[in-house]
Amino acid sequence: MELTCLSKGDGFHYPPCHMLNLCGFRILIDCPLDLSAIKIFSPVPSGVGSEASEYLSDESLDAQNPIQKKQKLERQLTCADLVCEEPWYKTVKALHLWEASFIDIVLISNPMGLLGLPFLTQNPGFFAKIYMTEVTAKIGQLMMEDIVSMHKEFRCFHGPDNSSFPGWIKNLDSEQVPALLKKVVFGESGDDLGSWMRLYSLDDIESCMKKVQGVKFAEEVCYNGTLIIKALSSGLDIGACNWLINGPNGCLSYVSDSIFVSHHARSFDFHGLKETDVLIYSDFSSLQSAEVTEDGCISPDSDNNYISTISDNKDSLLNTEDSLEEMEKLAFVCSCAAESADAGGSTLITITRIGIVLQLLELLSNSLESSSLKVPIFVISSVAEELLAYTNTIPEWLCEQRQEKLISGEPSFGHLKFIKNKKIHLFPAIHSPNLITSWQEPCIVFASHWSLRLGPSVQLLQRWRGDPKSLLVLEDGISSGLGLLPFRPIAMKILQCSFLSGIRLQKLPTLVSVLQPKIFLVPDAVNQRISLAAIKTISILNYFENKTLHVPRIVDNPSVEITTDLASKLSWRKLRQRESFGIARLKGGLLMEDGKHRLVSGLEQEESSGKARPLRHWGSVAPELLLDALLKMGIKGSIEQSTGDNGSEDKSIIHIENPNSGLIEFSEMGTAIITGDENVVSQVFQAIDGVLDGI
Amino acid sequence: MAIDCLVLGAGQEIGKSCVVVTINGKRIMFDCGMHMGCDDHNRYPDFSLVSKSGDFDSAISCIIITHFHMDHVGALPYFTEVCGYNGPIYMSYPTKALSPLMLEDYRRVMVDRRGEEELFTTTHIANCMKKVIAIDLKQTIQVDEDLQIRAYYAGHVLGAVMVYAKVGDAAIVYTGDYNMTTDRHLGAAKIDRLQLDLLISESTYATTIRGSKYPREREFLQAVHKCVAGGGKALIPSFALGRAQELCMLLDDYWERMNIKVPIYFSSGLTIQANMYYKMLISWTSQNVKEKHNTHNPFDFKNVKDFDRSLIHAPGPCVLFATPGMLCAGFSLEVFKHWAPSPLNLVALPGYSVAGTVGHKLMSGKPTTVDLYNGTKVDVRCKIHQVAFSPHTDAKGIMDLTKFLSPKNVVLVHGEKPSMLILKDKITSELDIPCFVPANGETVSVASTTYIKANASDMFLKSCSSPNFKFSNSTQLRVTDQRTADGVLVIEKSKKAKIVHQDDVSDVLHEKNHVVSLAYCCPVKVKGESDDVDLIKQLSAKILKTVSGAEIHESENCLQIGSFNGTLCLKDKCVHRRDISSSSEAVVFLCCNWSAADLELGWEIISVMKQNM
Repeated sequence: MELTCLSKGDGFHYPPCHMLNLCGFRILIDCPLDLSAIKIFSPVPSGVGSEASEYLSDESLDAQNPIQKKQKLERQLTCADLVCEEPWYKTVKALHLWEASFIDIVLISNPMGLLGLPFLTQNPGFFAKIYMTEVTAKIGQLMMEDIVSMHKEFRCFHGPDNSSFPGWIKNLDSEQVPALLKKVVFGESGDDLGSWMRLYSLDDIESCMKKVQGVKFAEEVCYNGTLIIKALSSGLDIGACNWLINGPNGCLSYVSDSIFVSHHARSFDFHGLKETDVLIYSDFSSLQSAEVTEDGCISPDSDNNYISTISDNKDSLLNTEDSLEEMEKLAFVCSCAAESADAGGSTLITITRIGIVLQLLELLSNSLESSSLKVPIFVISSVAEELLAYTNTIPEWLCEQRQEKLISGEPSFGHLKFIKNKKIHLFPAIHSPNLITSWQEPCIVFASHWSLRLGPSVQLLQRWRGDPKSLLVLEDGISSGLGLLPFRPIAMKILQCSFLSGIRLQKLPTLVSVLQPKIFLVPDAVNQRISLAAIKTISILNYFENKTLHVPRIVDNPSVEITTDLASKLSWRKLRQRESFGIARLKGGLLMEDGKHRLVSGLEQEESSGKARPLRHWGSVAPELLLDALLKMGIKGSIEQSTGDNGSEDKSIIHIENPNSGLIEFSEMGTAIITGDENVVSQVFQAIDGVLDGI
Repeated sequence: MAIDCLVLGAGQEIGKSCVVVTINGKRIMFDCGMHMGCDDHNRYPDFSLVSKSGDFDSAISCIIITHFHMDHVGALPYFTEVCGYNGPIYMSYPTKALSPLMLEDYRRVMVDRRGEEELFTTTHIANCMKKVIAIDLKQTIQVDEDLQIRAYYAGHVLGAVMVYAKVGDAAIVYTGDYNMTTDRHLGAAKIDRLQLDLLISESTYATTIRGSKYPREREFLQAVHKCVAGGGKALIPSFALGRAQELCMLLDDYWERMNIKVPIYFSSGLTIQANMYYKMLISWTSQNVKEKHNTHNPFDFKNVKDFDRSLIHAPGPCVLFATPGMLCAGFSLEVFKHWAPSPLNLVALPGYSVAGTVGHKLMSGKPTTVDLYNGTKVDVRCKIHQVAFSPHTDAKGIMDLTKFLSPKNVVLVHGEKPSMLILKDKITSELDIPCFVPANGETVSVASTTYIKANASDMFLKSCSSPNFKFSNSTQLRVTDQRTADGVLVIEKSKKAKIVHQDDVSDVLHEKNHVVSLAYCCPVKVKGESDDVDLIKQLSAKILKTVSGAEIHESENCLQIGSFNGTLCLKDKCVHRRDISSSSEAVVFLCCNWSAADLELGWEIISVMKQNM
């Protein structure tokens, strides 16, 4: 097996991407899109005034200090630095180095891992089989359609441009351009240029989704009779999964960003991942988490702490501490929104994680219902209506509490009744005809996109940014750097939320000791942060981004299953020398079925006489015994002992005299029959079988 | 190894489906139903056949319920709460959600309206359902280390599944009730091609073959339309879930198209409540419904209203869906009592009516009076329409499924004996599959698949991975692939069997190879006619002509075919030269040797060369 990590990704919205070589099949796991990179583009402006003045003031500042040239290079980023063009989208760079037609299987773990797939399926040579859960397919498709529809706005603004080369990149390749911007465009090593792509169209999405085979959790799908692939719930979001791949050379599990206990999605499935031969751990979320980045590295003391908490009991992973913390975060967002509404300010929520949105909607409407506040909730997205309706028809994919709701006949998520009583309003776009009639401020608005470049969030942010009573709820990491740049100065209150999006580092040792893989593949960067030495029973291998790791096979020999009716037809030979052995030559055809080698009686092969006699012999022949055997068949001969030319080799020869002349030579290595008479040969063979073991 | 299939219910009859199958020591109970036509102890399967001591937990590995109909789930609360079974129970999500409604409705009908002794209580139902594990389609569930189960879509009713169960190498499918054609709100049964030792199939319509459903749908609509147009009342007794939604979709659609304003009523809140479930479980409905769902939920019926008891005697036409189906008891029977005497009215009976119910009496013959349970007689002057589309597969569907799955054995349950026997003969003769029709309490034993497992060496697998076809055209062209014949199965006492390549056998046995080979110095040509290189070419051309498929490698003075090696012999007196010792001066010899494996090939070549002389 070979593993190549193509990208370690960056948080929830940009999951890692791997290429796997298993049993000769090339498997791509996830095909994400680095949507945070579109921050380098300028959003479609609603009014031009403010930006221009800001830009001018910066310019004049520069003019005042013409001497400080160096400082000019390091100057503050301004809106003017952003690219004012129709955006391009950044894909996984290393993926372009692989020939698309050589990929056999694509596994998509969650909707975010699907966003880049149309780029791959556009390739005329692409013929891989694509697997993902049905829900990932549906939600992912809606997300892609939403991006395309939001992107349309740029096309309207900038006009059509069909050039296949991103012209805007030329302007960025100068000394003047701030390093932060350059890093996003060209990457750390400066060679990311090829990863920028023009956005796909609705047709591309459609043709991509046609190639997808949707699966259920724990459904076994068989690829090419060889690999049995199973999606197991990862708990990250609705429909998100880890993978289990069973093949003739053992089984492999792939664990991506996972959440053990979820309040919306089906929880992490431990059971199916247990005791695999190889476990690929691909949860990089711990590298993003604040507790690590703040103090840089973890002290040895805390390491010991982690070790002491290792237990083989999965209950310690399933404690509700994390999920309670997540609920508190959600409740806090709600209370902040209520507070600003109380003060007459509106709330703009740009979070698009579907699970979070659904829970927030439920919490917000419930808390508004119970309070005296009469604040409407708007959800503005081209796919909001379909998405919200869809999430109430997939109870099988949700956590147990929500499944209980199905049993008692309630909808899985509470938004349904609020939509019906017009507490929640759904609009496909900000310019929807009915929006203005029901619009009322203060209000709470869910609007995509989290990158603050696409969609209705841009216009709303431009509308409210000067209002100190209003609240902006952001995904983690957006406020720094380029994110809010086009909207500064900003007077709104900003709430930046970091939701759990993977396995906490402290829980990793326990997880590993619960799952007990034979070989554990872990990103080097993760392994550096936590000591896994305490887990002794398994071998741990580190892998690096863009390096191929070879993993030795651990299953000794693949198993072959032989049908009983075939086995009963085999002709068994008893061995003279070794009584405890029985041997038989095989028949039938060898098939690959359900990931297993299977020997079945095939087309009845011609029983040629040749196959009935032994083709391989072992042991040694005593010439005297053979001569006796020949005599019984009526062949006469005599033995001649001869020493070889150099005297060391002992040779015996039987001269056959009757019925025809012939010679049998014996040596350590074997027996040679020298004659031109077929009958004599077959008789000698018979005699040899009488004294020698063979098959 | 054997698979034992013990039929506790629905053997040669319809009602109280319950089959207990033992596969390699694991015992699975499929369905746990109640007989709607029986009032005595016969209404439940005879559980004592499973365990005399009543220790069901150790006797049964798990129970799987295929769908929420009473004849498939009705005895479950009794079995878990009264008989005390505590092991795992599996159902699909819709079945888990809807079964308690059905059970509670039935309990109420039996106890409140018919005044029977309570067999199980509401608490029993609730406690029983707590033990149920919900499963999704195609999800592979590992019940325990050896037992694996998987559900497939069966059509029939919302959430109905066929169940695949596998223990070791033996596997079976229990179909439950299924429908092989798509209907208005449900899809057709869908299953993978599986390797099965046994298929246990329902056979409600073992001899019926149905044509298109559209004429029958039209017939039904026209009958109802005619009735309401004439000012009559149409009564459709049906269970709250399943046919009610199907017919209602049909009627609602028709009402829209024809712009009919006659009210359609649902008798109980249950059906309204059921529609709520249907809306959530949209992924279990037909493709058509799923597609429409984005714009309009097809279970939001526009013309349907709640029924009030006072409306029974209200004037004017109406359509009423009343529970329970089959007119076995309860509200539908009460309404029937009032409406049956009027010739304007219509009773449309969907689906199958179990023997012993009023519905069954109406369907078989044209009775003028009907005895109700409490002895009262009712004059039947209304029209009776049998809705001839049913969510069960017809005989063709059963045959198609059996042919598709090609199991080693078939057991038929859930049908009427005479037609089951006809179907049995058909399966045996047409598909050549042994078929059984056991009665209740009987056990059918069939052999199960087992594989012998052996570890294969890499060398063997490698040699098998490249095709090695051999062509022979003795009488007609034959293609054989002898790859596996290079493999040798080695069994050593108390060790796992191994498969090795024939070249490795001696290593495994810790023996030395002993090569048996043949040698012969063959005269090929009289000396002095042409030079030697031509001779080799000449020979190989001739060999190619007679030895089919030979791959000949030639070089300056030797040729090689497989293990056969021939070199021009320059020695005056070669030891390999036999029987022609005299003419050595005048003849060119080819000194040949070949291995025992190519014995026949060697002789063929030798004989070609001898002819060259």
